[in-house]
Amino acid sequence: MQDNMNWLEFLISERVLLLDGIYQTIYVSLIALFYSLIGGLLVGFIRCIPNKISAFISRIYLESFRIIPLIVWLFAAFFLIPRFMGRGFSSEASAIWVFTLWGSAEIGELVKGAIQSLPTIQRESALALGLSKTQLYMYILIPQAVRRLIPTVINMATRIIKTTSMLDFVGVIEIVARSRQIIERTVEPFIIWSFVFFFFFFLCYPLTLWSRHLEKKFR
Amino acid sequence: MELRNITKSFGDKKVLDKVNLNVKEGSAIVILGPSGCGKSTLLRCINGLEKTDDGELVFNNIKYGDEKTNWRNIRGQIGMVFQSYELYPHMNVLDNLLLSPTKVQKRDKNEVKEMAISLLKRVGLDDRLKSYPHQLSGGQKQRIAIVRALCMNPKLMLFDEVTASIDPEMVYEVLQVIRDLKNEGMTMIIVTHEMGFAKSASDHVIFMDSGNIVEQSSPNDFFSNPKEERTKQFLNKFLHL
Repeated sequence: MQDNMNWLEFLISERVLLLDGIYQTIYVSLIALFYSLIGGLLVGFIRCIPNKISAFISRIYLESFRIIPLIVWLFAAFFLIPRFMGRGFSSEASAIWVFTLWGSAEIGELVKGAIQSLPTIQRESALALGLSKTQLYMYILIPQAVRRLIPTVINMATRIIKTTSMLDFVGVIEIVARSRQIIERTVEPFIIWSFVFFFFFFLCYPLTLWSRHLEKKFR
Repeated sequence: MELRNITKSFGDKKVLDKVNLNVKEGSAIVILGPSGCGKSTLLRCINGLEKTDDGELVFNNIKYGDEKTNWRNIRGQIGMVFQSYELYPHMNVLDNLLLSPTKVQKRDKNEVKEMAISLLKRVGLDDRLKSYPHQLSGGQKQRIAIVRALCMNPKLMLFDEVTASIDPEMVYEVLQVIRDLKNEGMTMIIVTHEMGFAKSASDHVIFMDSGNIVEQSSPNDFFSNPKEERTKQFLNKFLHL
C-alpha cells in the first residue's frame, strides 16, 4: 500500500513533464494523420490514373518510403535539408513533414486498393443506369471505398502513434524523450517505463478494437 | 431498335461479325447461343458499355453510337439488367431505386418513390424498402435490379442472363416479372439459357454462334422445326439433358 502510494505520488509529482510529452506525442500524431489523409486521398487517386508517367513517379515515391527506414528519412530531413537549403525546419516541423509523406504514401496505397477492389461490373451497372463519371465516384465508388478504408486507416493511425517514439532521435520532446529526461534526474526507470508502456497500450488498443469492429460491421 | 452491320473485335478475335437485328416496338426477342457466341457483347454494344468497331445503331429512328453520342441520355431510355444484379451494397433498396431517377433524370423524389413502391408491390417486395442488398436472396436482388431499371422509364429493356446465377427455385419469380413486362408491351431483348422461357415468352428467337446470327424465327418454328444444322446441334444438347 505504501509502495503503491509512492509510485502514484511520484507520477503526480512529474505530471507537468509527462503531460507535456503526452501532448507532443498526440499533437504530432494527429497533425501527421490529418495531412496524411488529405495527401493519401490525393496519392490514391493519382495511383488510379492509367498514365505511365504518373504511375512511375508515384511508384518511386511509395517505394522510397518502403525501402528506406523512417529514421533515416527523419535524420535526412532534420540534418541534411538545412545543409542544402541553407535553413532548417524545427524538429517538430521536419517530423510532421516526414510522417506526412510516409503516411500519404501508405494511405495512398490503401485508397488505391480500396477503389480497385470494387468489382468492374459495379461501375458498369452504375453507368448503365445513366450515372456520369463524377456521379459514379461520388455516389457509388467513394462511399464504398471509404467503408473499406476506415478500418485500415485506423490501423495506420496506431502505426503513426507508435512511430512517434522515434522522434526522440531528432529532438522532438515527446513522451519517450520526456521519460528519459525524468529518469536521468530521478533514477526511477521502472515506474516511468511502465507508465509509458501503459500509455501506448491504452491509446492504441481501443483503436485496434474499434478497427476490428468496423471491419466486421462493413463486411 | 435497329442494329445494322454491327462489328466488334477484341484483339484478333471477331466477337460480332456484321450483325443485323430489328426489334419492333413492344416485341420481346430472345437471343440464344453457346457461351462466347457474342450475345452478351451485343447487348453491351447497344448501351455503349462496349464501343462498336463498325456498323450503325438506331433507336427511335435516331442513329447513335459515334463519338458525339450522349450515352447518359441513351442509357436513360435503355435499361439493362445484369447476371450478377449489382445492387449498390451500401444503399438500402429504396435508395438503390431512387439514385438514378433523381440524380440523372432530376425527377421529383416523391414521384419516383411512389413509382418505386408500386413497382415493388408488383414484384412482391414492397416490404423490403429499407432492406440492404446483403439481406436479400438472389432472386429478390434480381427483381429489385429489374425494378431499378424500370424506375428510369425505359423504352427498351436488355436482360443479360439475369437468371444464370440465381438459385433454380427462385428463377421462376424473376422470369414471371419479365413475362408480366412483356404482357404490358415493354420492348425487350433477352439473353438467356432458359429454353422453356424462350419458347413461351418471346415473339422472336435468335440463335447466335461465333459472332453471327445463324437462325431467327418465331419460337414455335425455332424449337419444333429448326432449319440450320448448327441450331439443331445446339437444341439437341438441351433436349438430351
